[in-house]
Amino acid sequence: MTPPLDKIDIPAKGKPSPEPGFNFAYLDEQTKRSIRRALLKAVAIPGHQIPFGSREMPMSYGWGTGGIQVTASVIGQNDVLKVIDQGADDTTNAVNIRRFFKRVCQVETTESTAKATLIQTRHRIPETPLQQGQIMVYQVPIPEPLRWIEPSEVETRKMHALEEYGPMYVKLYEDITHFGHIATAYDYPVMVNDRYMMRPSPIPRFDNPKLDMSPALQLFGAGREKRIYAIPPYTKVKSLDFADHPFSVESWDKACEFCGATDSYLDEVVIDNDGGRMWICSDTDYCSRRQSEGEDGTTLND
Amino acid sequence: MEPLLTIDQLSKTYGRIRACDRISFALYPGQVLGIIGESGSGKTTLLRAIAGAIALDSGQLFYRRQMGDVLSLTQLSEPRRRILMRSEWGFVRQNPRDGLRMNVTAGANIGERLMDIGQRHYGNIRTEAAQWLAQVEIGEERMDQLPIHFSGGMQQRLQLARVLVTKPRLVLMDEPTGGLDVSVQARLLDLMRSLVRRFQLSVVLVTHDIGVVRLLAHRLMVMQNGQVIEAGLTDQVLDDPHHPYTQQLVSATLTP
Repeated sequence: MTPPLDKIDIPAKGKPSPEPGFNFAYLDEQTKRSIRRALLKAVAIPGHQIPFGSREMPMSYGWGTGGIQVTASVIGQNDVLKVIDQGADDTTNAVNIRRFFKRVCQVETTESTAKATLIQTRHRIPETPLQQGQIMVYQVPIPEPLRWIEPSEVETRKMHALEEYGPMYVKLYEDITHFGHIATAYDYPVMVNDRYMMRPSPIPRFDNPKLDMSPALQLFGAGREKRIYAIPPYTKVKSLDFADHPFSVESWDKACEFCGATDSYLDEVVIDNDGGRMWICSDTDYCSRRQSEGEDGTTLND
Repeated sequence: MEPLLTIDQLSKTYGRIRACDRISFALYPGQVLGIIGESGSGKTTLLRAIAGAIALDSGQLFYRRQMGDVLSLTQLSEPRRRILMRSEWGFVRQNPRDGLRMNVTAGANIGERLMDIGQRHYGNIRTEAAQWLAQVEIGEERMDQLPIHFSGGMQQRLQLARVLVTKPRLVLMDEPTGGLDVSVQARLLDLMRSLVRRFQLSVVLVTHDIGVVRLLAHRLMVMQNGQVIEAGLTDQVLDDPHHPYTQQLVSATLTP
């Protein structure tokens, strides 16, 4: 079901910026247009890395400059923005990026996954299932999955073009040899649409199944490496594995101590100097929504 | 019998230097062709040209595949050439560091070639890697160690296993025994000779060591300044050299 045309958010053009001296969404219109062109290419070839003219942003590389540029290019006046950092809405990076867009776009922001139309994220995909019409924007540090084994960009591009993905399995082989199972816990390589190998940015492999056949549009931006790639809605995304060592996600024998969730990604938090620790949901929005619905984890772990 | 590899008038110049000057030969299945000559005589250039690592100035290369069709290597597209290099051909380098991945285990080094051609079963890859380690006389307990912890001779044997695991029909070797001491060299030569016999390998072997070609090669080409100055059966060429340079080369070799 596609939303009716008048509901589709067309990025505002020439609207006066709320912050004097800056264009709407910080970037100038030409830059946004060039990034949108790269995004269109990326959507047309799922998982394929498209070079783009990454701009200087008012923050250092590694803080999500790629994601911010993608967000700035697709955001419209009617969008509702959510920013996640390590699953949380209230960490420095998330708060600052949210405040930045509030200032330069005066868009509505939210912490709720269901209410958001645009979600910029670092490290996590929300536990709440994404819906059609939503856009996920990932901040990517290193876009090239083959970089660890092949330092030459010329060579890796050739390998992508010719689908020479054998060396990537060497990494999984080494994992099984050393640890008895595939120990790659984040940035777990995937095949998109049975064609291109892609790094899903440093999300835990727990989130990899959420990439597959997702109804949301997923955009990936790497600012320093100047690459954009995308997974269009309802695209097949398969995590690499061996026939006798199938892909599996992490599981915990505990439940979240705040909301009692057993199906979410749990963070281990050290709470005192005596080795005391607790396990809580990494997705703060999911956790607080469950708590407000009356769930609590106090009885579960005893 | 039809030749496996045919080279016709292959030429390559670097500026005014003729590295390879109109070289022609044919390699038949199961044959080991030695190419010998001093440094700078063009033997490595010839080998790299055959492997497709450098572009030719002129000349033709033909390769007869398993099913009998003949490929013109000068007209083959790069993707198909790379597939050929991975499946039916192998390249053994002088320095094992160039041919191995030093930061992954010995087992993964052998397994990579299998994963390259599409094997996706960990257990099978491992079994096959273990078999090949045994073939090249490396103990199975070293399978999960890094090649940097291996001796030079072991590294070279590991490289052989990595190349031979996909059962290539044609192996190109660039000074495989260079940089090894005499006793290790002897052991490697022994191993190579038995592997060549067992798997009916066709080999183009480039070296400057007469002992190596005498042991391994059926036929021999002597190169000087980019030209083939003498060719024939190895024993014939070495026992009765005609060209003054070959005579000099043979007499310069110390025989203990």
